[in-house]
Amino acid sequence: MNIAHYIPLFPFLAFVINIFMGRRLKVASAYVSIAACVLAFIFSLLVFQGFSAGQGSYSLGTWLVINGKSLNFGVIVDPLTIMMLLIVTFIGCFILIYSIGYMHDDPRFSRYFAYISLFMSSMLGLVLADNFILLLIFWEGVGLCSYLLIAFWYERPAAAAAGLKAFITTRIGDTGFLVGILILFFACGTFHFTDLKSVTGPESLLTLAAILIFTGAMGKSAQFPLHVWLPDAMEGPTAVSALIHAATMVAAGVYLVARCFPLFSAHPMALQTVAVIGGISALMAATIATVNNDIKRVLAYSTISQLGLMMLGLGVGGLSAGTFHLMTHAFFKALLFLCAGSVIHAVGTQDIQKMGGLLSKMKITGATFCIGTLALAGVPPFAGFWSKDEILLTAWNNHHPILFVVALLTSFLTAFYMARLIFLVLFGSARSQLHAHESPLTMTIPLMVLSVFAAFAGFIGAPIKEVGMEAHGGSFLIMAISTVVSLTGLGLAYLLYIRRIVLIPVSSVSGLHNLLVNKYYIDEIYDYVLIKPCLRLCQGSFVFDAKIVDGLVNAMASITQFFSGLLRKTQTGLIQNYLFVQILSLVLLLIWLLKI
Amino acid sequence: MIPLVYFIFLSAFLFCVGIYGALTRRNVIGILVSIELILNAANINLVAFNKYLGTPDGMGQVFSLFVIAIAAAASVVGLILIIAIYRDRKALFTDGFTLMKE
Repeated sequence: MNIAHYIPLFPFLAFVINIFMGRRLKVASAYVSIAACVLAFIFSLLVFQGFSAGQGSYSLGTWLVINGKSLNFGVIVDPLTIMMLLIVTFIGCFILIYSIGYMHDDPRFSRYFAYISLFMSSMLGLVLADNFILLLIFWEGVGLCSYLLIAFWYERPAAAAAGLKAFITTRIGDTGFLVGILILFFACGTFHFTDLKSVTGPESLLTLAAILIFTGAMGKSAQFPLHVWLPDAMEGPTAVSALIHAATMVAAGVYLVARCFPLFSAHPMALQTVAVIGGISALMAATIATVNNDIKRVLAYSTISQLGLMMLGLGVGGLSAGTFHLMTHAFFKALLFLCAGSVIHAVGTQDIQKMGGLLSKMKITGATFCIGTLALAGVPPFAGFWSKDEILLTAWNNHHPILFVVALLTSFLTAFYMARLIFLVLFGSARSQLHAHESPLTMTIPLMVLSVFAAFAGFIGAPIKEVGMEAHGGSFLIMAISTVVSLTGLGLAYLLYIRRIVLIPVSSVSGLHNLLVNKYYIDEIYDYVLIKPCLRLCQGSFVFDAKIVDGLVNAMASITQFFSGLLRKTQTGLIQNYLFVQILSLVLLLIWLLKI
Repeated sequence: MIPLVYFIFLSAFLFCVGIYGALTRRNVIGILVSIELILNAANINLVAFNKYLGTPDGMGQVFSLFVIAIAAAASVVGLILIIAIYRDRKALFTDGFTLMKE
């Protein structure tokens, strides 16, 4: 029984219902979305069961035929897709439930649920598509929804600008992606993922195609240098951030690389690019996160960093390592964002320097926040430890010492900035007048459920791990190193932010501090190198249009007007003048005819 | 008998006076009167030629009667229009009617 293609239809139906009848449904629109999501989750489980029983990919029919090669409405069913389906629907459910509480007094409540449903529908379609063209359609759908949701509070100029920035930045990557797809088709004549294992074609062309496809992933997964949209995307509702960061938007890029992994692994140059870009993103974002004071932005940079780590994992050849980290990350990042949302909901500020001592006031949020932090920091036995260890192990085993060190450094920084975050938010004493209170149950129940998964999701991959340990002797050593590094990070943050021991005065490293606070000036560089010249070009074009193009048209009009003005003088409107001309002509005609 | 050329000169004179009047008068009633003069110049010609060419059944005279009748009808329509315009625009001079001109 082929039922996988029904999965995206449920959220899409919810979108249609909510967009057209949302005003009448009011709060019920949330239940529509949740019901659709639960149904999608049940169907995903059924697909999983069917897959275990031996059912695989299938096609719903031919879409079009190009040069004798058919393009199908195909559905791909393999472990990667099933994992993504389960993550999106499962985490999506809890984020929807959480949103009821978080968005309860928003005037566009039903509109919000409509967009979220469309978002999930696009993402589910994306992971089910079995060829590039179908994937690209859903890919654009995901991009559109992220724009709509990031700019959901479009009354705020910052939110509107952030939505635009996200859309345009990812669009740059998407253009590369499209070109990559076309080059791939040109080189080996296929759009289908299943053919990627056996593609043959010019080496350089295929490498180029793979790198261009990766630019699409860079845009969506916010990798350097297209990462700039993600921190700004924090202007959207926090629940949206959770969804974007955990399941729908940024996961798409990693999913794409994982899906095209046969293509990448056949071309070392492309794979190397993925790993290096991932490594740069991981380290860069992690360093920025250590100095940021906005609770959501710290998490946003952490996402860039973790996505970089996933890319690094994929790039060093660890398909399972990268996707495993994608899964565990989905759980604890969703959890962390929902916790952050709960904190913001309670205290009404995002500045962590103003918070402090919230653990005693918000016990559930605080406890789950700590679990999420430990999971992200990679402390055993929490989920992040296993998947991060997998990446480190792959990097080590495949002889990438520099990338191994980068990954290790990133996990150290991750532990440090996450510990800094919770120490500043939850521990110590309140640094300003805050009337914190625990959030309602609709918000705390998702936190509790997700924290269970954040804690234990790592064991899903643990059996794979054991097999790995037998094969590679260095595994225990790397586990130990990774644990020590994480704990060092936590300990350093403890010394700095709880004990308030000044190891190095900030003034002595103010240059570095400024560099990090200003995010390596990347936004400024883009502004100076790209945006300003672009605007100047636009202004030039505008002047050209207004003066030259419009001028030509206006000149034509003026000339016509001038000559018609001359002719108009003959149209006096006085009947006698006409009569005079008539008689004059008659007389002249007579003279001519009579040859006088 | 008065030679034909006298009649022709008279009618040509009347015709020219009529044309001159129609071209120069600004008063619409004046124009109407001038048009009557033109028509009557034609009538004189018709009657004179009828007499001198000796057409037996008086064709020219019948034609001039036709012209007189039609001229009367035309004057009636013309006067009605003039009255209608006068009521609306309070003007009897052609340069006063500039409604269609911008």
